[in-house]
Amino acid sequence: MSEIFHHGHPHGRDTAPGDQRLDGSGIAHGVLSYLLGLALAAGLTVASFYFAGSDLIWRPAIPVALVVLAIAQMGVHLVFFLHITSGPESTNNVLALAFGALICFLVIAGSLWIMTVLNHNMMPMPASMHMQH
Amino acid sequence: MSAAAADFADPNRVGQLGRSDAPGHGEGGPAPERVVVAFGFWIFLLSDIVMFSAFFASYAVLAGATAGGPGGVELFDLRNVAIETACLLVSSFTCGLASVAAGARSVPWFYVAMAVTFVLGAVFIGLEVSEFAGLVARGDGPQRSGFLTAFFTVVGCHGLHVSCGLLWLLTMVAQVFAKGFRLDILRRILCFGLFWHALDIIWVALFTVVYLLGAGA
Repeated sequence: MSEIFHHGHPHGRDTAPGDQRLDGSGIAHGVLSYLLGLALAAGLTVASFYFAGSDLIWRPAIPVALVVLAIAQMGVHLVFFLHITSGPESTNNVLALAFGALICFLVIAGSLWIMTVLNHNMMPMPASMHMQH
Repeated sequence: MSAAAADFADPNRVGQLGRSDAPGHGEGGPAPERVVVAFGFWIFLLSDIVMFSAFFASYAVLAGATAGGPGGVELFDLRNVAIETACLLVSSFTCGLASVAAGARSVPWFYVAMAVTFVLGAVFIGLEVSEFAGLVARGDGPQRSGFLTAFFTVVGCHGLHVSCGLLWLLTMVAQVFAKGFRLDILRRILCFGLFWHALDIIWVALFTVVYLLGAGA
């Protein structure tokens, strides 16, 4: 696959997201990367489903554990399936990803924050308030 | 080089003439089309994920708004979700094998990997449709409560994406059959792979936030 994007001139060094940088043994290396990703992702998934219904860890800590496992699995997918690397040839892809993650964080955390504060301020509705109407 | 030409090439007089390593500045030319196309599609995928984050936010806000109706503990069948998860994860793997096959220009292996991917994706969609049909049949459709509206929206939107991905998969197989591994077809295969892997990432968030946390973990 590498001959498509690797033209040999100094400016062709960016890699496309999803493209593997295959040096040497192409096919075996490519399949191995996907196999490794599958094994890691399967392990994290099994751990998630197992912890969700078990008393193995302290019950109130289970949501945190599940979120950590999910974020770890997303990282595995990004590295082994989408081939997002930390190398200089992937800088553009990583920057775009970082911006997307920032927006996702702002949307989700902001919504939860605003609605929690809103509910907190609206909740106390004493009976006397109803009587006045 | 005349002063005018120097002004044109280096308008801000920063003395970088001929030393820029950025593509598009003359000598090196723009980035290869494969990189440009895949990067553009990557931007689209990230915008799609941002859209999903809005649905996730509304689900998180409405998760407790059951209006006296059933919650996640009563509704979700985690065995079903585990099978769906396994299908999608393995289909992501076989989709990766399909892109390896495309890189190796092996038409038969490409067909095999894409066929397995399609079957696994179709099983996933079938399980999700049967789950939705069961909920609606019991009167727990999207009209029942704010929680169920948010649930059907976020899970249904992902299912819609997977369905579109299945159609795209079929068109990619047809294009390889009709035109072979031309460079433009290979770019489309790359974009399809990105799309399919991104759907699996969204499903990781879905089964964690909606199903596992919703089922009372």
